This record gives sequence, structure tokens and C-alpha cells, in this order.
Amino acid sequence: MDAAAKRSKPARNLRMMPNKYANLCIAVTGLNANDNPGPGMAVIRSLKECFGDGLRIIGLSYESLEPGIYLRGWVNKTYQIPYPTEGTAALVERLTYINEQDKLDLIIPNFDSELFNFIKIAPQLQQMGIATYLPTHQQLALRDKVNLKNFGTKNGFYVPADHKLYTTDDIKKAADEFNFPMVIKGKFYDAYVVYTMDQALKAFHQLYAAWGIPVIAQQYIKGNEINIAALGDGNGNNIGLVAMRKLYITDKGKAWAGVTVKDDKLTQLANHFASATNWKGGYEMEIMSTVEGHLYILEINPRFPAWIYLTVAAGQNQPAALTKMALGEVIKPFTDYQAGKLFVRYSWDHIADIADFQQISAFGEL
Amino acid sequence: MKLKSNIATSENGFIFNPATGDSFSGNGMAAKLLEAMKSGKTEDDIKQDILSRYEVSESQLNLDWDNWMLQLKEANLLEI
Repeated sequence: MDAAAKRSKPARNLRMMPNKYANLCIAVTGLNANDNPGPGMAVIRSLKECFGDGLRIIGLSYESLEPGIYLRGWVNKTYQIPYPTEGTAALVERLTYINEQDKLDLIIPNFDSELFNFIKIAPQLQQMGIATYLPTHQQLALRDKVNLKNFGTKNGFYVPADHKLYTTDDIKKAADEFNFPMVIKGKFYDAYVVYTMDQALKAFHQLYAAWGIPVIAQQYIKGNEINIAALGDGNGNNIGLVAMRKLYITDKGKAWAGVTVKDDKLTQLANHFASATNWKGGYEMEIMSTVEGHLYILEINPRFPAWIYLTVAAGQNQPAALTKMALGEVIKPFTDYQAGKLFVRYSWDHIADIADFQQISAFGEL
Repeated sequence: MKLKSNIATSENGFIFNPATGDSFSGNGMAAKLLEAMKSGKTEDDIKQDILSRYEVSESQLNLDWDNWMLQLKEANLLEI
């Protein structure tokens, strides 16, 4: 390559950002970057990569030891917000206060359990000048674990058979139908593969206590675990999608390492989901690919996954695209991504001062 | 039997299937065979090349080749 040709190429790190994104302030939940991580820190990392250091990130936390609160290089300020069970009035009141302190442009919620409330208050947030990019309540309900089997049957997806468990008696019925192993899942989070009735009972009681009823028993499907992170435009299309094969799975079933894969069948599956639901916003499909070549949908999470930064590495910054769409920009769909991009998660002992813990615990902001 | 067109291989015998995420490590001979298969050489061409370069009988080569094909098939690396 000659010198002239070199000069004609733009510098890789040069960021030419339109002014409207120069001083963005985005609030993000899901700062619990632990062994079952929320997506918040990965979303923030993706946003920073696109919008640069001028981006102001406001963390919204529920508990005082969510690691993201203390990662001050990534999160400019954190406010505690009320638990979803406290209702929308408390949430609006808190967000009104936060918006008075730090003028928010956008909120990206990252927990399944908080989405119902955020969707409900989205019109009020809009009046406050805060954008969101969320599915409707109807869309949220369609993919709920409780409704997933019916949704799959109606729309031609492979979904494992399931039983709703309300009492311990229901476990026996599920075991009679599915045999062992089977999967016992919480209403919102957590799942256990159980091999005996004792394990099933233990899992049922744990998940009942944590997330309420129904607990769900699901047929165990053997195969390769593949997840798809995608962004729906609300009109039946995906703006982007990236598939990832889990390479290392923790005892909680979470990917600790994974690699991007590309297969037309996976693309068709996610596009079918987007068209069947008109999904708006980020989502994650959890897939089991069987030796017969069937793609079973195990779950559909109504938000970006914790591994969302891998989509950025593979060429699709989905959180940044969501942000631009939420702020009114028309985005061209991503058409490709790189297969073979690997992520390996790691843990890190971040050091903070006890005064920081006291501040967030006592005053609800840091 | 053709290698799937999307299979990525490296000079040191590493094989990656981008559709499934499966990866495999092959030895030096595997790397050479993969390179030859990817370049479009026929089975006969590859076998002739091996016979001219290595001290191996044709019958042994055929046995090894069948075994190699079986491994590739089991690894889901061949066009159906």
C-alpha cells in the first residue's frame, strides 16, 4: 500500500459524532455484575464504545452491593430505585427526582422483572423528556415462560413441553410425563436441571420462595446451547442479530465463554420471532440445537443479554442502535457480523471505600 | 466428499465451524489434507500426491483416507 492510499483511510479511532449525541445522559439498570450478571455493565460498555467519554451514565440500582455502583469509570452516578413490587407510583416519583438532578435522555431497563413497570410508565417518562425503547405489555406476555409453549405451538416454533407447578403434587405429574432429567425454572430467573424427585422438590421450593408461582417444569432437551441477541424495530423486523454458542457454562447455566456463530437457520428463527411478535427493543433467544437439527426455544428474554458486548465485537453495536432509534433516528439494519469472535468472562476484585457503601446505603445515591 | 465451504481452517490444523461453533485440532497431516481439500483438489489428486511424497502403500492410504472421511463426517464438516 502506498503512502497516499494510507492517508486516504480514516483513522480507526476517529469518532465523528453528530452534535445531538454529544452530551447524552442514559440511565441503565442491571449493574449486578456478579456470577449471574445483569446486562447493565455490558450495555454501558457498548454505549461508551459508540458515544465516547462524553456520554454520561446514570446507574439505577436496587441493592447496595451491585458492583456497577462502584465502577466510577463507567458509571458517573448511581441512584437506588424502588423494587418493582413497590409499584409504578414509587418508581415515577423516584425517577422524577433523578431527572431533576441529572437530565435523562433515555432509560434502558435490563431486568425482566422491572419491565412491566417501565413499559407502564413509558408515556409519563416521555412527558418528562425521557425516551425508552420497549416492547408492549402484550409482547412481553407472549414470550413469558408461562405462555411460551402456547406461543410456540401457535407460531410454529419448537418449544419444549412444560407444566406449571403450583403445588408439590404438580411435580409428580410433570415427572410422569417428562421423566428425569427435567428442568425446573423460576418465573423470572434461575433454572435447575434435576435428576431425582428430591432434587425437583428442592428446586421447586427454592424457586417458589425466590420468584413466586407458578414454577415451571420443562422437558429436558439435549443439544448445543446457542443464544441469539437481537434488536427488534417494532414493525416485524430485526435491526440486528448475533448468535453465540456457549463454550463454558457455569453451574447456574450462564455462559462464561462463548463464540459467535452464523447459520441461516438461526437468522430465520430470530426473524420469524420478530415478525410473529412485532417485537420492539432488545431481546435474547435461548436455543437448544439438537442432533436432529431442530432449534428448540428454551426462553426468550425481553432485554439484552449480559454478553451483549460480544455483538459489538462482532460488528453490531445493538445497544447504540437502540439508543439512536429511541431518540428518533432511522437506523439501517445490520446485514452481517463476524463469526468466530470469542468472549471469556472474568471476575475482578474491585476496591472501593466503605464510605461509598455507606453513601449508597444511607442516602440511595453515589 | 467436499468440505463445507464455510469451514475455517488454519495452517496449524485448527478447524472452526462457524455455523455450530465447533472447533477441532488436527495434526500436520490433517492441516495438509484440509488445505488440499479446500483448494478443490479431487480425492484421487490428493492420494496421488501423498503416494508420491510418503512411504505408504495404496491399501494403507485408502484405509487411512476412509478413516479421515469418517472423522470429518462425524464432525459435521462435510457437505451432505
